[in-house]
Amino acid sequence: MNNKDRLERQKRIRNFSIIAHIDHGKSTLADRILESTSALTKREMKEQTLDAMDLERERGITIKLNSVQLKHTHTDGEEYIFHLIDTPGHVDFSYEVSRSLAACEGALLIVDAAQGIEAQTLANVYLALDNDLEIIPVINKIDLPSAEPERVKQEIEDVIGLDASEAVHASAKSGIGIEEILSQIVEKVPAPEGDPEKPLQALIFDSLYDTYRGVISYIRVVEGTIRPGQKIKMMATGKEFEVSEVGVFTPKPIACDELTVGDVGFVTAAVKNVGDSRVGDTITDAERPAEMQLEGYKKMNPMVFCGLYPVDANDYNPLRDALERLELNDSSLQYEAETSQALGFGFRAGFLGLLHMEIVQERIEREYGIDLITTAPSVIYNVYLTDETMISIDNPANFPNPQKVDYVEEPFVKATVMVPNDYVGAVMDLCQKKRGEFIDMKYMDANRVNIVYNIPLTEIVYDFFDQLKSSTKGYASFDYEMIGFRQSSLVKMDILLNGETVDALSIIVHRDFAYERGKAITDKLKDLIPRQQFEVPIQASIGQKIIARQTIKAMRKNVLSKCYGGDISRKRKLLDKQKEGKKRMKSVGKVDVPQEAFMSVLKMDNDK
Amino acid sequence: MAVTSAYIHIPFCRQICFYCDFNKFLIDRQPVDQYLDALEQEIRQANISEPLDSIYIGGGTPTALNEAQVKKMLDIVDRLVPLAEGAEYTVEVNPGEITMEKLAAMKNSGVNRLSIGVQSFETRLLEVIGRGHGRDDAVEAVKLAERAGFDNYSIDLMFGLPGQTMADFQASLDMAVSLNVPHISAYSLKIEEKTMFHNWYKQGRLTPFPEDTEADMYELLLDYGSRNGLYPYEISNLAAAGYESFHNCVYWKNEEYYGFGAGAHGYVDGMRYANIAPLTHYIKALEQGNTVVKEEMNVSSAEKMEEEMFLGLRMYAGVDKSRFKERYGMEYKEVFASTVPDLLENGLIEDDGEKVKLTPRGRLLGNEVFEKFLLEKDDAS
Repeated sequence: MNNKDRLERQKRIRNFSIIAHIDHGKSTLADRILESTSALTKREMKEQTLDAMDLERERGITIKLNSVQLKHTHTDGEEYIFHLIDTPGHVDFSYEVSRSLAACEGALLIVDAAQGIEAQTLANVYLALDNDLEIIPVINKIDLPSAEPERVKQEIEDVIGLDASEAVHASAKSGIGIEEILSQIVEKVPAPEGDPEKPLQALIFDSLYDTYRGVISYIRVVEGTIRPGQKIKMMATGKEFEVSEVGVFTPKPIACDELTVGDVGFVTAAVKNVGDSRVGDTITDAERPAEMQLEGYKKMNPMVFCGLYPVDANDYNPLRDALERLELNDSSLQYEAETSQALGFGFRAGFLGLLHMEIVQERIEREYGIDLITTAPSVIYNVYLTDETMISIDNPANFPNPQKVDYVEEPFVKATVMVPNDYVGAVMDLCQKKRGEFIDMKYMDANRVNIVYNIPLTEIVYDFFDQLKSSTKGYASFDYEMIGFRQSSLVKMDILLNGETVDALSIIVHRDFAYERGKAITDKLKDLIPRQQFEVPIQASIGQKIIARQTIKAMRKNVLSKCYGGDISRKRKLLDKQKEGKKRMKSVGKVDVPQEAFMSVLKMDNDK
Repeated sequence: MAVTSAYIHIPFCRQICFYCDFNKFLIDRQPVDQYLDALEQEIRQANISEPLDSIYIGGGTPTALNEAQVKKMLDIVDRLVPLAEGAEYTVEVNPGEITMEKLAAMKNSGVNRLSIGVQSFETRLLEVIGRGHGRDDAVEAVKLAERAGFDNYSIDLMFGLPGQTMADFQASLDMAVSLNVPHISAYSLKIEEKTMFHNWYKQGRLTPFPEDTEADMYELLLDYGSRNGLYPYEISNLAAAGYESFHNCVYWKNEEYYGFGAGAHGYVDGMRYANIAPLTHYIKALEQGNTVVKEEMNVSSAEKMEEEMFLGLRMYAGVDKSRFKERYGMEYKEVFASTVPDLLENGLIEDDGEKVKLTPRGRLLGNEVFEKFLLEKDDAS
């Protein structure tokens, strides 16, 4: 292709993503667009094509990004090239969202015609506006009886300040409004700007590891051209590679000769580790490098940590292998070996957030078949010692002796909760209980309120979502962003079983909440730990001082009577099962403790 | 090892109890006579030549059969199962289903022990568990048994039933004592899969019985027994001296026995086996001259030792140490070296030099003890 052709083609490229709250119909709309642009025939489509992982389908969210090239013939008779870039649908992955938005010139803002804007949507719209994207509002589910498109349009204008007069009325499910959406993409989203002859600058917005091809980087070319054989350099890490293949997703990966300005596709270059092809980094030509990196690169640091231990000590090596494999594909996963007196050999792992943590745990259990004991998640604490040094603690068990501690800092987030009027009181109560600091409250319309609090991250980790959901009957939507570390009055609380401290159950709590938490945890453990042959005291202590206590009564009776007409094998099976059940527990100071107990310090529930 | 006993299964009931997961079928429109023919065929195949020391006909409920069928059943046993002098011959009977004629037929055929499915003397609780009889039927059944000349009989009593109080259980025990019952089999309710109760449990309509109350009831039972001359010769069986069930002890002494009938279990020539359970399949197999054994499990010597312990310890008398050594060529303490000292120290078992047995505490925690006598797979090789 010569440069004139490239520039001509560039005018007909449109790059966009879709911003939507969970359940507002993003995946369905993406499917409809794919169908209408004949990227796929109906038969080829699995329901909701872009969400590829099983876990994603189950949870109804996108975790790994995807992008797809589509061809659309507009009313002017010209064929346009669309790149639809998917975004992950969860706050843990907001950095990935920001990078994929940075790869676009436009975004479809999907709002449910009955439910209106949600906190997550708002956060992503602001991200899109920060990236100067052209936003096309789409009012979806227009055919629902409860649809109120005019109210929702008004909300878009009032809350976001966007002109919603040309918002598309659509129903992705029934295929209404799809042509209109495609037309607006052509007419409103600007064509990419850039010069194919300038030094290469390509933004990496995702990368994943493939056993056969190494790391596959998802890129958007901003300046210049990239082709196989070219020597490239990752500008943040300085690592150099030779391109083996470039291509686009249709959504099947198809190799091509080159990717140039405005193109969205993939690059492989025998990169062994996703850490060498980081989201947000810029790829440039190693021999003719660009002067500057594209803006916005950040190295993501884990925010939430937990211990991962195999139930069966023999699974230690397989667990390490599983973590190694997952790390190849997930540059934000960190881990290191750790030993617990209670749980033996395992790993301390760091995650972007709770969902990220759950996903990794679930994948280890499901894909690698390893039974895990996971300890309650912890955030990272900056502990300033009296000798004027600072240590970062991600495992409460390692919290230094209080005499050596000068003061402690913990991470805070700015939490935005969007909620119907009726639940404002409930949300504020909850935030207050969570040590929140009130920042702002705004009415978005007559009925909906946007509430902003600064809250310690550890309080978010500690059962915030569930409590928010239950106290607002599921009507609240929630988003948060990190705002840094602040000093707090924090202490380490230990849990003792049968008089012995169980290191894996230690937590760091705010002094004012210690009694309440201590009681909640001891109560919960009493329910979770089965009766043993002897009485087991459960105590919560701060230093030497016991602040809460519960007792598991000794087992009184466990003996089966009936002999089923001489069915001895049945008795044997029952005993085998009982024995196996105990093996699945961890023996801590002679007490058999079930796996769930180690996570229990997280849940405050009173579900009984 | 010689086979000493036979269990015969009659898988029919007039009503299905809510807790029961035995192999049983509602008797209406079932091929009962064909079943008895098939049973006859199965017993004949076993070709029993040595006289047995006990027979136990259980179910289901053998008394669900009509009088002619009962006689047919007894006749089959009469012809095909030789019994030794003084052997024990038990039939399970249900209140509300026994008639003088059925009892007379049993007596005639040499049946010398009855096991009466009383379960409770409280009509309210009998309804709760789906039994077909009431308090009066239960009392009447015991009296009828005595009138028919059966002085050796047992009643079943259940505890830990939904809504059962200590007072309820005590009332049933009082009644048993006032009737001068020589043997009680007392079972705590267990919610088994594929029962009404299990369905209700899953739906949240039934909550498991509190462990502490169940333990209190068991202790009440033992206490009642000791004050009324009934001693717990086995974890769930109490008897006046001389009225212990021989057949019951066959299982716990790890002896061999035949199991005849649909879904029956047996232990012959070192092999534990289970018969085909579905009625028509069982009948068809015999009609076609095929085996009715569905599953066979060869008991390894390690498993035999495990069973010797976890079955034997159920008996008040415990496990005979010299018999153990005779059978397996090793001391039980060597075989279970990794667990016995702990169990002794924790006061769960005791060793009097001749016998090893459960302590009173160990009896309540039997499963905790038995579990320890399952050898690790590596030790067992």
